[in-house]
Amino acid sequence: MIAGVMILGLHPSIALVYLLCIAATILCVVYGAINWNKGERAPDEDDQKWVADEDKLEEEL
Amino acid sequence: MEIPLLTLILVILYLVILGFLSYQGYRGTKTAADYMVAGRKIHPFVMAMSYGATFISTSAIVGFGGAAALFGMGLLWLTFLNIFVGIFIAFIFLGGRTRAMGHHLNAHTFPEFLGKRFDSKFIQIFSGLVILLFMPLYTGVVCMGAAKVIEVNLGAPYPVALFFFCGIVALYVTMGGLKGVMYTDALQGSIMFVGMVLLLFLTYSKLGGIVSGHTRLTELAPEAVKIFGKAGHQGWTQMPVFGTTFWWILVSSIIMGVGIGVLAQPQLVVRYMTVRSTRELNRAILMGGIFILAMTGVAFVVGALSNVIFFEDTGKISFLAANKAVDNIIPLYITNYMPTWLGSVIVVTLLAAAMSTVSSQFHAMGTAAGRDIYEACSGTPTGDKKSIIATRVGIILTLVLSFSLAYILPIKFEKAGIAIIARGTAIFFGLCASAFLPMYVGALYTRAITKAGAIAGSMTGFLVSAFWLLFIHQKESEALQLCQKLFGKPSLVTHLVDGKYAAIITGKIVWPEVDPLFVAFPLAIIVTIVVSLVTKRYASAHLDNCFHGIER
Repeated sequence: MIAGVMILGLHPSIALVYLLCIAATILCVVYGAINWNKGERAPDEDDQKWVADEDKLEEEL
Repeated sequence: MEIPLLTLILVILYLVILGFLSYQGYRGTKTAADYMVAGRKIHPFVMAMSYGATFISTSAIVGFGGAAALFGMGLLWLTFLNIFVGIFIAFIFLGGRTRAMGHHLNAHTFPEFLGKRFDSKFIQIFSGLVILLFMPLYTGVVCMGAAKVIEVNLGAPYPVALFFFCGIVALYVTMGGLKGVMYTDALQGSIMFVGMVLLLFLTYSKLGGIVSGHTRLTELAPEAVKIFGKAGHQGWTQMPVFGTTFWWILVSSIIMGVGIGVLAQPQLVVRYMTVRSTRELNRAILMGGIFILAMTGVAFVVGALSNVIFFEDTGKISFLAANKAVDNIIPLYITNYMPTWLGSVIVVTLLAAAMSTVSSQFHAMGTAAGRDIYEACSGTPTGDKKSIIATRVGIILTLVLSFSLAYILPIKFEKAGIAIIARGTAIFFGLCASAFLPMYVGALYTRAITKAGAIAGSMTGFLVSAFWLLFIHQKESEALQLCQKLFGKPSLVTHLVDGKYAAIITGKIVWPEVDPLFVAFPLAIIVTIVVSLVTKRYASAHLDNCFHGIER
């Protein structure tokens, strides 16, 4: 026998976070979908140099 | 115990594919860095799976899943923080700036990034030392999680299981597994995703559906109260009573320590620098959110629900059915109650989860030894013979230290019913948050943090955490015994009651259970700000260089 209000079979404080997890995931999906093609830019000089040095570091490993 | 043939076949198949992909990556140009400028198209799915595999390890699934079997679904607050803070906030507010600043300053490791931003070799070397000395604890518990799975599923004694896993890791590392090859990480992430979704589906099916499963767990609350009621447990579908021992462990160590600490994880911060542009970060947010929900969300829900299944079968809740070995609960649940084929898939899932994280950890520890400590101290350039030796020595020493910890920790703490993997992870995450997070966020967002402010804040975070672990937080101070030897008591915040040391409690604060993060992190922020206000600021030229291309 369960006492008190239950949501999805859970105490409200846990039901809240259960739903918040799903809501946060939906937020990520919506944000990612809206900005799917935003922010693209060609590699600049900094990027080229960084990658060249990163390769050296990877070789060291 | 009979060794499941399917498990062996799947494990061998997984290792062969992994070996093939690593070898391909070793020979070719398939690292994240190569993709960034080579102009090749990489599917965002591959990118997101690769991130996820680094983020999530056996610690999250086995360790924190076991903790959920003990503490209940309150751990879902950590899942929420993982998604909202660890993915959404981190990628939007930290990712792009870290990438831009890191590339412009030509920084390749987290300590180097901090060192160059604050123009301080000390910060780079100090941060490298913190990683080198303390990350083995995190690596050790990740290895322990994998060995626990092998032990339970294949019926091998724990030392043999650990030795087997260590052998695979050592082979993987020497085969080029540290190169961060996109497709190996993506393969591991994909296996993890499929395995965990199947685990959730079959668990809910076994319990008659979502609401039915939750309701049955709620109805089991009296069992939790009977055993842990005095410590504040109210059942697995409620939070513990506010201000009790259970509440402090769950909220201060497990939820806050890991939920915030993830923002300053060295192996995750460097990931931001390997993306081509902000577009890839935006895309990774979409899939990363789903991935984390499928990993930690599933592990914590299944961990808590395992109590119903264990109880109905054995008359014992999960904690007791696993003989108080919290880290055995998830492997036992999978082996005993899931179909053999799923058990086999999950073993591979968890091996993948462990190996992807462990490889990124050894990457961080190896570069900390070679680049951040040796090269920064000696001024030797990257690729120099001595620097390569320093990197390799660093990797070998941390390998040995990590594996030794994975061997010793269960012997020392398992019988006390401690969630070793979750606690080991929380200690490292909390330490990173206190020592690094204030100066890291400050580095990206303000020109007002001075060199002295950054150093003072970081040292405060580190030293207060260390003091708290050695003398206040009883789980660690009691085990480390320094407090006992110096002051004759297990923690400074205990007092004698009827011949036994009991916790000093002030209102709702149970002092020996307050996590170091709760004290060290705010203090580190305050010290960073106060010292920055009264010390010399950087010249505009340095700041303009650091913030090149970043909007104010």
